[in-house]
Amino acid sequence: MANPASLCAAVTGASAIADEFSGPHGPRPRRTLSRRNVFLYGTLILVAVYYLLPLYVMVVTSLKGMPEIRLGNIFSPPVEITFEPWVKAWAQACTGLNCDGLSRGFWNSVQITVPSVIASIAIASVNGYALANWRFKSAEVFFTILIVGAFIPYQVMIYPIVIILREIGLYGSLWGLVIVHSIFGMPILTLLFRNYFASVPEELFKAARVDGAGFWAIYFKIMLPMALPIFVVAIILQVTGIWNDFLFGVVYTRPDTYPMTVQLNNIVNSVQGVKEYNVNMAATILTGLVPLIVYFVSGKLFVRGIAAGAVKG
Amino acid sequence: MRDEIARRPTKLWRNLNAKIASIPMVLTAVFVFAGGTAWTVLYSFTNSKLLPRLNFIGLTQYERLWETPRWHVAIENLLVYGSLSLVFQLVIGFLLAALLDQKIRFEDTFRTIFLYPFALSFIVTGLVWQWLLNPDYGVQSVVRSLGWESFSFDPLYNSEIVIYGILIAALWQGTGLVMCLMLAGLRGIDEDIWKAARVDGIPMWKTYLFIIIPMMRPVFITTLVIIASGIVRVYDLVVAQTSGGPGIASEVPAKYVYDYMFFAQNLGQGFAASTMMLLSVMIVVVPWAYLEFGRRRHG
Amino acid sequence: MTSVLVKNLSLNFGAVEVLKNLGLEVAEGEFIVLLGPSGCGKSTLLNCIAGLLDVSAGQIFINGKNVTWEEPKDRGIGMVFQSYALYPQMSVEGNLSFGLKNAGLPKDEIAKRIARAASILQIEPLLKRRPSALSGGQRQRVAIGRALVRDVDVFLFDEPLSNLDAKLRSELRVEIKRLHQKLGNTMIYVTHDQIEAMTLADRIAVMKGGLIQQLDQPQAIYSRPVNLFVAGFIGSPGMNFLNGRLESRNGLPAFVAEGIEIPLSTYAFDGKAFAPKEAVFGMRPEHVGLNMGSDWPFSTQAVVEVVEPMGSDTLIWTRLGGQNFTVRVGSERAPTVGDRVTLGFDPLRASIFDGSSGERL
Repeated sequence: MANPASLCAAVTGASAIADEFSGPHGPRPRRTLSRRNVFLYGTLILVAVYYLLPLYVMVVTSLKGMPEIRLGNIFSPPVEITFEPWVKAWAQACTGLNCDGLSRGFWNSVQITVPSVIASIAIASVNGYALANWRFKSAEVFFTILIVGAFIPYQVMIYPIVIILREIGLYGSLWGLVIVHSIFGMPILTLLFRNYFASVPEELFKAARVDGAGFWAIYFKIMLPMALPIFVVAIILQVTGIWNDFLFGVVYTRPDTYPMTVQLNNIVNSVQGVKEYNVNMAATILTGLVPLIVYFVSGKLFVRGIAAGAVKG
Repeated sequence: MRDEIARRPTKLWRNLNAKIASIPMVLTAVFVFAGGTAWTVLYSFTNSKLLPRLNFIGLTQYERLWETPRWHVAIENLLVYGSLSLVFQLVIGFLLAALLDQKIRFEDTFRTIFLYPFALSFIVTGLVWQWLLNPDYGVQSVVRSLGWESFSFDPLYNSEIVIYGILIAALWQGTGLVMCLMLAGLRGIDEDIWKAARVDGIPMWKTYLFIIIPMMRPVFITTLVIIASGIVRVYDLVVAQTSGGPGIASEVPAKYVYDYMFFAQNLGQGFAASTMMLLSVMIVVVPWAYLEFGRRRHG
Repeated sequence: MTSVLVKNLSLNFGAVEVLKNLGLEVAEGEFIVLLGPSGCGKSTLLNCIAGLLDVSAGQIFINGKNVTWEEPKDRGIGMVFQSYALYPQMSVEGNLSFGLKNAGLPKDEIAKRIARAASILQIEPLLKRRPSALSGGQRQRVAIGRALVRDVDVFLFDEPLSNLDAKLRSELRVEIKRLHQKLGNTMIYVTHDQIEAMTLADRIAVMKGGLIQQLDQPQAIYSRPVNLFVAGFIGSPGMNFLNGRLESRNGLPAFVAEGIEIPLSTYAFDGKAFAPKEAVFGMRPEHVGLNMGSDWPFSTQAVVEVVEPMGSDTLIWTRLGGQNFTVRVGSERAPTVGDRVTLGFDPLRASIFDGSSGERL
């Protein structure tokens, strides 16, 4: 590689040391198959296989017919691919007396998730903005209660909320569940937004106030457009969180408004009838599909979301 | 701000919009988080059955709770599951993060694979592992069909080891998160520290053990608190994977609470059990919060 | 005797060439400063010498030994980092001894070395403390101590003072100079601060774009910069640059710009024969006389536009040849805005650069 003629002019005086090509030069020799690399990538690939296996088994099981499942092993790919289990899981699987499949739960979940995500983020972002930029005396006290509340087991607060919802006439309805999700999403989202808005240079806020903008004008015209990435993070966090919820769904809704997770559990764990494992797995994939799509599409933002949500302060 | 002449007449009207905007937060904090918790604790001293009634009976609900075998099983399970999942998640999560931190190729791909289960619900996780651990078709039958006829691994049908079946599923679902937190922690370490250790000739494992891990103490503590508060809540996973069975072998406190509140119609028992859950979380969180915020106040 | 020799060194990060076929020879006991703006490759070069970065091509010798493939610990170097990089969970003593313990040195030897380093750096009272309980200056001293106990011939400093405030920085600068005088080790020092470079270095290597632009003694770099970049980078306030042309006047070279003509008969052209062309005329503000009589080889009239007092000196902004021109005068002699003044200088102290290549003429 090195060309003797191109010896840099900055080398002053003749080097007293060895000739150009003697001894090591250039990068350290490195074998691709060094022991370190074999260990490193070997371990990673092994672990990756372990992590992917359940997903693989779900998919292959859902594409097999029941006879094939009874004969073969769960890891073998389907001999005869059939989509019937998927159709059955979506449109015909029974929970109790209803036999219209998971589609009912899916639409329930959509009806729960969309307003819950909007409501919880709207409330939390304004909260975070007020906490970060318009501090008033008692605000920190309430915020502290909120953060401590995030650690209280839900089981402690379930029943009081039942009573509150019953009092305002929303117990068992989708809107009741929307309120519950807004309440329990509040600590983490408020923290997320508060920290974000606190990191916005205060000069910007002050400049807007000098220009005569008020609370809402600054929020909508300055903070909101700047905070778009954090809104995306919050949406990711909430969509997966609310879609995956089981406890609140089972407590605060009735069978005909059950979200998808609750209905899935009822289908798979129902004691009546013959177990149709292929249908169960198809139903399981269908339920996991929404958060999985969100996850794979959002990529790094998802990581940022959980890091922001998890590492407090 | 300190202009005495221009001071507004009443303090209440200052920041009025901010106060209006904070109403949902105030209501939630006061009525749901503080009020709801106090309410539950208060009613745990009553003999409420189908409906909550303020008929105080002292600690009777707690005595009854600790006499119930099912609660004992639940607590024992929580301790086994909790301590093991804490240790394994921290160790495996850190090791994976350390492996990913070696400037490897396809880092994003590996990270995506390790983290995807975390996007799935506990219900989905539980059902998948219920299927994988099915003794007639799952791992056990596959190993047997390979020639190892006496191989036995049926945690979901064996009350002795059922909690380990749940543990496997929980580790699969949650370790990715720990790895991510640890990786973020590792990336936060000053690159010069690594260089200094290399110049000093300190082997990599020693650098991790004596320099990096001590430096990551805050990350470890935060992760520990997150994992611990998740452990106490474990509910959906058990419901989906075993429904508490076989028998009551995989009961957990959260399920106990739910069943007593909504099936057994013994609200007082449910409240007492949930208060015990609250207590156990507080044992973890209060010292942490004290350290965290106490230190911040001094710093 | 050569202490550090870098031969034909190249480093690429992917398609980006960070160091381009670079050479450097450092004599034993010499203090070399690598100076340049951020991204010029100076820290990268230092990391290559330390063995913390794998080179793409070329060789590195330290004390006559080819260390191109050696681990940092085997190269006979000690290094001090910008962020100190102290191990936060260990005491100062632990920080100093950790590497030695690892190398398997006997206990009494470790204790002896720590005692020596501590006494040289005057950190004996701090040995039991944690880094978090130390001030910035003390931390940096400990970081230097960690290099010191390694008992090596070559010290590498990676911007060691840039995390400190201005006052501490100048204090530690003197200490580093003392340390070098006392120990006599070879030192390679990376900085973007020209004051540090000028005060500390035996020789300065001014870097830009992965190349050493000029390697010379500080005074030579100051007075005879080899190109426009070096001329502009060294000196504060910066050198005046006037755009114009080199012309022949009565057979003698002269610099011509709008309304002025500067005779260059006293200027020492850099070997090459003079030819008329586009050129840049450089003159340091401190080399211009203001109202100091008319016995300068060149003098002219100008109007004061801005006056910037800087304490001991005052910077006067005027125009020359239709372009900005600054003059540095003692504060007691400063004119006021609008004054007509006489500027005078000796073209002997000028630097003339090629208008297109920027090289010194």
